[in-house]
Amino acid sequence: MTELYQLTIHEAGELLRERKISSVELTKAHLDRIRDVDGKVKAFTLVTDELALQQAREADQRLRDGLALSPLTGIPLAIKDLICTKGITTSCSSNMLKNFKPPYDATVMEKLNATGAVMLGKTNMDEFAMGSSTEHSAFFVTRNPWDLERAPGGSSGGSSAAVAAGMAMGALGSDTGGSIRQPASLCNVVGLKPTYGRVSRYGLVAFASSLDQIGPFARNARDAALILQAIAGPDPRDSTCAPNPVPEYTEKLNGSIKGLRIGVPEEYWVEGAQPGTVKAVRNDIEKLREMGAEIREVSLPHTKYGVPVYYIIAPAEASANLARYDGVKYGYSYRDTNDMWEALEKTRQFGFGPEVKRRIMLGTYALSSGYYDAYYKQAEKVRTLITEDFTRSFEHVDVLVSPASPSVAFKIGEISDPYQMYLQDVFTIPANLAGICGVSIPGGFSNGLPVGLQILGNFFAEDLILRVADAFERVTDYHTCWPRAV
Amino acid sequence: MIDRETVKHVAQLARLGMTEEEVDIFASQLSVILENIAILQQVDVSGVSPTAHASRLSNIMRPDIPQPSYAPEILLANAPDQEANSLKIRAVFEESSLT
Repeated sequence: MTELYQLTIHEAGELLRERKISSVELTKAHLDRIRDVDGKVKAFTLVTDELALQQAREADQRLRDGLALSPLTGIPLAIKDLICTKGITTSCSSNMLKNFKPPYDATVMEKLNATGAVMLGKTNMDEFAMGSSTEHSAFFVTRNPWDLERAPGGSSGGSSAAVAAGMAMGALGSDTGGSIRQPASLCNVVGLKPTYGRVSRYGLVAFASSLDQIGPFARNARDAALILQAIAGPDPRDSTCAPNPVPEYTEKLNGSIKGLRIGVPEEYWVEGAQPGTVKAVRNDIEKLREMGAEIREVSLPHTKYGVPVYYIIAPAEASANLARYDGVKYGYSYRDTNDMWEALEKTRQFGFGPEVKRRIMLGTYALSSGYYDAYYKQAEKVRTLITEDFTRSFEHVDVLVSPASPSVAFKIGEISDPYQMYLQDVFTIPANLAGICGVSIPGGFSNGLPVGLQILGNFFAEDLILRVADAFERVTDYHTCWPRAV
Repeated sequence: MIDRETVKHVAQLARLGMTEEEVDIFASQLSVILENIAILQQVDVSGVSPTAHASRLSNIMRPDIPQPSYAPEILLANAPDQEANSLKIRAVFEESSLT
């Protein structure tokens, strides 16, 4: 028998609306699942069980009344711990914000709360979203439900592991250079980075403001579409949020990709990808061809500059964004001195972990006098060339496909060199630099570990990449496979 | 590529306290990262304009209407130190520095 925690969001939503199950039952099943397996996986930094049950009772009331129902009413979700939740600790997995309780909800939380969704808790991440393994959490390491010796990816590793292990039906994460798509790839779930500006970032703790986007995790494309539907749209409190109307995403899931032009960027295969990953994704592309898509080779010649550009721009923006952590207004504060400068420097020395410091240093260096033109200005110009690569491609093809990550899940502690870790995001970073949307979906296995298929779309083409993802899921069963280790 | 003095200077700009051991570690790690990033210098960017953000919008405006804000005690709830509904900070100017 299928356990309640194994249901998809759209299946559970129907059962809830038909009153065959209650949200309290569904929520309890997930809280039980968290109790059973999160001791091993460690996806959550905080489980808000009492609040969850209260929200579930309220959702059940709404379902009884049949009023203001949404596909997410009564659905238990997990939230990455850098999205502000009013009165509930929002730590960014950092000692700096270990005890920070925001005075307000992020716009995405207001929207989810309005649907009657249930929040199960907050999920672990690389500190301030800086990392690709969740090993940089200041609190503990999250483990991959497919193999507990391996990392779930990052930075949204807690969210991806929670969804993969059945501890949440879906989750929110954030993606600055791949932090949704890469952990989705490593954990065999769907992770979508919307177009820059599609989802409000009000209440998202800032890392790199020209790149950050909030997006959903789920176990299939339809569920991801339902979550995106709930959180997308303009917000007067985020001036980078786009006024474009939000389409009805699930209506576009018609299962057909006949005649769709799918581009395969040749540069995404040349360097660094593991043979098992390449083989799985080549098979996926063959499958897409069999489904009636037209496969075309395209060139994105500036791909190899993506990681270097990103590691100038993102740390530069981070060094400015993180200047606010001064121990005065909120957060960790070094108290053992009367000297203002010493207090400031020690607050930041003890409040931030090594990866955050490394990026503040890198960004400060790139912006400092004498280096600004050589590094930051140059990176901004190459960013234009990377964007133009995509613009040209989308004149000839409708979507692009590639591996989401160059490798399957790696062992915890295996990648110790910072730059090698940065290369984990080689296939995801260009989409952030250009601002386009992308999704990673289960695309097969290599040595028993999940491989993610990345589908990239033009600006605001979330409906199209979700259509491709959903159509692919209809002829494959990778997304229905459950992790063995939990 | 990056020496200890540069690390100390940048740390000072970022107001980041650092042990001597960390100075060594960052000098070597940042050097490796910058060596990898150096390929950017090869790119011909003549005539290319910079991209500061990925948004295709500019100057989204809203009417400037006064709105109620949060009560001071809500905004101060996370403050490490406070007095009389204000953030309390250490002295910025000491008497000695004024003489």
